Amino acid sequence: MALIQGRFIDNIGRVYGLYTGGFIVFIILMAILEQMGVSANTIGILFVAFTIAIYALIGWLSRTMEVDAYYVAGRQVPAVYNGMATAADWMSGASFVALAGGVYFGGYGYMAFIVGWTGGYVLVNSLMAPYLRKFGCYTVPDFIGTRYGGNFARFCAVVVLVVASFTYVTAQINATGTIAARALHIPFSVGVWFGLLGILLCSMLGGMRAVTWTQVAQYIVLIIAYLVPVIWMSNVQGFGIIPHFSYGGAVERIAELEAEYGLAKALEPVAGVAVLTTPHNAPMGGMDSWKFVTLAICMMAGTASLPHILMRYFTTPSVRSARKSVAWSLFFIFLLYFTAPALATLTKLQLLDPTLPTAVIGKAFEEVQALTWVQNWQSVGMLAVVDQNGDGFVQLNEFFMRPDIVVLATPEIAGLPYVISGLVAAGGMAAAMSTADGLLLAIANALSHDLYYKIIDPKADTAVRLIVARVLLVVIGAAAALIASLQLTGILGAVAWAFCFACSGLFFPLVLGVWWKRANTQGAIAGMIVGFVTGSAYLYYVYNGGAPWIGLDHLRFGIVGMACSLVAQIVVTLATPAPDEETQKMVDATRVPTGPSVLAAGH
Amino acid sequence: MSVENSEVVDRYWAKTRSLTILVLVLWAIFSLIIPWFAGALNSMSFLGFPLGFYMIAQGSLIVFVLLIFFQNWRQDQIDDEFGFVEEEEG
Repeated sequence: MALIQGRFIDNIGRVYGLYTGGFIVFIILMAILEQMGVSANTIGILFVAFTIAIYALIGWLSRTMEVDAYYVAGRQVPAVYNGMATAADWMSGASFVALAGGVYFGGYGYMAFIVGWTGGYVLVNSLMAPYLRKFGCYTVPDFIGTRYGGNFARFCAVVVLVVASFTYVTAQINATGTIAARALHIPFSVGVWFGLLGILLCSMLGGMRAVTWTQVAQYIVLIIAYLVPVIWMSNVQGFGIIPHFSYGGAVERIAELEAEYGLAKALEPVAGVAVLTTPHNAPMGGMDSWKFVTLAICMMAGTASLPHILMRYFTTPSVRSARKSVAWSLFFIFLLYFTAPALATLTKLQLLDPTLPTAVIGKAFEEVQALTWVQNWQSVGMLAVVDQNGDGFVQLNEFFMRPDIVVLATPEIAGLPYVISGLVAAGGMAAAMSTADGLLLAIANALSHDLYYKIIDPKADTAVRLIVARVLLVVIGAAAALIASLQLTGILGAVAWAFCFACSGLFFPLVLGVWWKRANTQGAIAGMIVGFVTGSAYLYYVYNGGAPWIGLDHLRFGIVGMACSLVAQIVVTLATPAPDEETQKMVDATRVPTGPSVLAAGH
Repeated sequence: MSVENSEVVDRYWAKTRSLTILVLVLWAIFSLIIPWFAGALNSMSFLGFPLGFYMIAQGSLIVFVLLIFFQNWRQDQIDDEFGFVEEEEG
């Protein structure tokens, strides 16, 4: 316990330095074990089990019974570490596992996720984080409820928050289940509950404080796990020591190979897996550009409205450090996101380029079937190589793969030792767990603080509040795991929905709350309800086969929601009286970094 | 905020707002306009990459990082100018 009190903050650099060193020693140890003939399965299990044990230990050491520590980590997290924690919070199983696969299969269109998930931080920094930090709230609905006044506004914000975050957390628990199932060799449905157990160990005892310090640890694991295979692979292939600045040639080469092979549809589709049909880098302009930009806008506005991200900036000591930590967050996130296209490009080249020993396209069918990694992934139904035209060779449209496995399979494709695959599994687990932690906490805190304490029982004492918060955490986690085990949607799709829900309902009420003094309660309620309802209705319509309106499909329904939200909020605000003097003063106080926060500590 | 310094607050806010608008304009150029024209930019080459691809895979991202650090540096200057510097509590 002494480790995590005041002294911990002073020694934080040393603690995480030791931790990073320890993790590297662990990787080397695993490499030695592999050389000594320990089986790949054992190494995978050790990687996942060891890292989860560490997170659980940090979670236990950070346990607390103080409200301020539970909700906002005592508001003493230094900017750089908050940046790392936010980066881990932010980079979900989807970013880690699915993003590079998305670029691999979707080319230009999917790069919108990369631009959107980084550019969103410019909005967070300029429109939201410093002002919400100044406000002194514990949760996002706390801001809405106090700025606009009234329990109904608060309640609307809670509903949007819960729907968006719950959609998101289900995808994350799905990802933990997928990875745990593959690394520990347990059925997916058991893997889901195993993942949930790890997540709860990190967050239940210490709330935001525990989640913060485990997320820092998880960031370190996930970034090492993402960068090492790409850099290693690049060195093996001669694309430079650091591939990020020199893989341009690979982009050109892929374009040549695509022209040579032809991007044809499969003769016979195989369920659950896909062949490459979209060119790697060939934006067509027009509709292509429109789809890119609308997706990017949804992701950026969603970033700036997702409560589990915004609440991370409530943990810093000051407004200035809140801003600084947004900058560091984006820097740490950037490290992964500018690697993802490199990974997608280099992996694709390895599979396609006949001059490389790893190529599968154009090889004899039997030869490819004999590869161990092809057999491994084929046996779990995530890959298929079928000689559909019967010529005995593998064509580009005969190589089927599930987009989600690109990152996980890359070390095997490149022929790297198994220790790297174990590392990647641990990294994917860290990414999914850290995001799930943050989301579960955002939901449980909104329900316990805003719904239970602020609306239902304002007289509840601290101990009761914190017990309610923890019970809710377990209940919501269990509900999410239950839904995840049904596997209703893919990982990336569900994530995009979460962003669209969040930006439909919350983006304009939050922005205008700070930037438009005239914004009043009625307008905000209208903005939240109209945005959220039209967005959801549009999603329902498109998802059930309705023709998308000007290309706005189910990944982009946030555009419809946001537009309606903005119009509704402005019209209703102007039709109703301006907010009172006191509210306007509150907005003034929010805009200035100095002075007491609007909401007192322990409120 | 007391009434007498509300004029200072207004000037402070005007400066903060101009900075924010500048940042958002740059943001829109790099997140929306350049990706829109990625196809056309691909005919040019940068560091061996097709320029359009480079911008959406790296260039815009680098600009976002620099943009936030720039904004914070400038905002700190404005805060200092008006004396709105907080005591670090932690």
